[in-house]
Amino acid sequence: MKNFLKSFAIASVIAAQPISVFAQDEGTLRITIDEGIIEPMPIALPTFVAGSGANEYVQKVTDVIIQDLVGTGLFRAIPKDAHISTITDFAAPVEYANWKAINADALVTGNATNAGGKLTLQFRLHDVTGQRNIGEGMQFVAGSDSWRRMAHKVADVIYARLTGEEGYFDSRVVYIAEEGPKNDRKKRLAVMDYDGANIRYLTDSNSIVLAPRFSPNAREIVYTSYETGQPTVFTMNVDTLARRALDQTPGMTFAPRFSPDGTKVVMSLADRGNTDIYMMDIQSAQKTRLTDSAAIETAPSFSPDGSQIVFESDRGGGQQIYIMDANGGGVRKVSNGNGNYGTPVWSPRGDMIAFTKMVNGRFHIGVMRTDGSNEKLLTASFLDEGPTWSPNGRVVMFFRETPGESGAPSLHSVDITGRNLKKIPTPTFGSDPAWSNLLD
Amino acid sequence: MQITKLAIAAIAVLSVAACDKNNGLDDGPMDGVNGANAGMTGNSDNISASNLDPSSIAYFKETIGDRVLFAVDQVQLAPEGAATLDKQAGWLIANPNVSILIEGHADEQGTREYNLALGARRASSVSNYLASKGVPDSRLKTITYGKERPLEVCSTEVCYSKNRRAVTVVAGGLGS
Repeated sequence: MKNFLKSFAIASVIAAQPISVFAQDEGTLRITIDEGIIEPMPIALPTFVAGSGANEYVQKVTDVIIQDLVGTGLFRAIPKDAHISTITDFAAPVEYANWKAINADALVTGNATNAGGKLTLQFRLHDVTGQRNIGEGMQFVAGSDSWRRMAHKVADVIYARLTGEEGYFDSRVVYIAEEGPKNDRKKRLAVMDYDGANIRYLTDSNSIVLAPRFSPNAREIVYTSYETGQPTVFTMNVDTLARRALDQTPGMTFAPRFSPDGTKVVMSLADRGNTDIYMMDIQSAQKTRLTDSAAIETAPSFSPDGSQIVFESDRGGGQQIYIMDANGGGVRKVSNGNGNYGTPVWSPRGDMIAFTKMVNGRFHIGVMRTDGSNEKLLTASFLDEGPTWSPNGRVVMFFRETPGESGAPSLHSVDITGRNLKKIPTPTFGSDPAWSNLLD
Repeated sequence: MQITKLAIAAIAVLSVAACDKNNGLDDGPMDGVNGANAGMTGNSDNISASNLDPSSIAYFKETIGDRVLFAVDQVQLAPEGAATLDKQAGWLIANPNVSILIEGHADEQGTREYNLALGARRASSVSNYLASKGVPDSRLKTITYGKERPLEVCSTEVCYSKNRRAVTVVAGGLGS
């Protein structure tokens, strides 16, 4: 925990710093995420104290922090009307007995001030039973229109201190917003906060767009568009919306993903009916062919260290998952169960692969170790497809499509324990989600 | 009343009696001819049955048959499909000035990327067949739509079987 702040580099947008020096204490309060039944940790999050100019922010900031933490399924917020005391002075000593009395294990106290368009959030995390702080108090400073991101950052710190793992709240999701009837679906690229807030549409619906993926720094995306008249991999800057076809040579390209260092894109190219995997260096536009079988090879995804690529192929008959070295060598089959496997995605921790499994007419999102062992199916439905990992590798988001003529897709997430399945709210139908890394 | 459906756009009465409606594939909408049809309703006994201009796109779509269907996860042509493509090849050779785009499609029972690849295979399967029958390779362009453009919207085999298709679109996008 002492090193925690180091990983929280001061960013251009939101500055994070310790606000006071307490005796460093690892604390004993800790929730362990494992396969067992979890009793959510009771946590008290009284509304942040409103300092000067911050009245309009304190409730919504507090609400976002609560939603983030409770949304993980690991925490239970003790309702405000059960609180027997309030925090009116962030600097005053906490009366731990008042929080112990309502069975809070953890308590978050916070303060907000707003001056000259700059919002400052300060907070402390308390171990109620141990009557002490967990880690140092921290503050975030940024333009007040970034209040949501600041709240997510506070929640990320709380999550990290209580679970020992990195959070995932200050992150974004790029996906395909869908509207219209099933046989005339209009698709647009959209980006939003991980929780569905702050949606922005990046394209109009004139061309089919598919399967966007973030660059490592979340400023660029790669995706497939039909605007050239055929499926073509494009890159787009999420801020300026400037876009270009990645490969200027003709051919149908799709299923792109960035390398972990952001310098390359791995993707599929269909040539005379045969789909293989290619690596393209973004700067030089040099393209290297990685597979050359007559089978379908697609849906490539890098390992986090960039040394290997997981992909799907039907070279053995059905659709299955394989891993190769990043130069195309050393191919080995990974999936080994019944049914077909597709859309493999390497976890950010490097130890797991999430996938779509099709068996007996049902679709599942599952995870397995990179050697194919410990396969675990997390969901089941008419059509669940396209997992993407949370930045900390604890949650996968995917889309679920309902059957029939009014069938439509929507975004869902589920913990890799199989718990906490929930729908992500979006204003339209949604498919093909891709989660960013934690933002700077 | 299949004959009436076919009769509408006829300008010249040509003796192409081989209106092969037996392939069972050809139940799509008759774009651009319904207006004429509406004008003749109520008097159908007096409609003289005739045939489409054999060089028309409507003739290609309705009489030749603009699409072939595939079994689940397959790209091989069934005998009916090959028969349709034989007729397509003959028509395309007889009409050398139309442009051709072969669209490959998949049903919804598959993942997006795989279905794009499968659609590419199906389009290529048709393209290769037409080339083998003498249609110049330079005229044959393919595109895959994967599962992005279903024709039928139910989630049973009745619809899936019509969505697993390759459509030969001639002269500018009247197909699919």
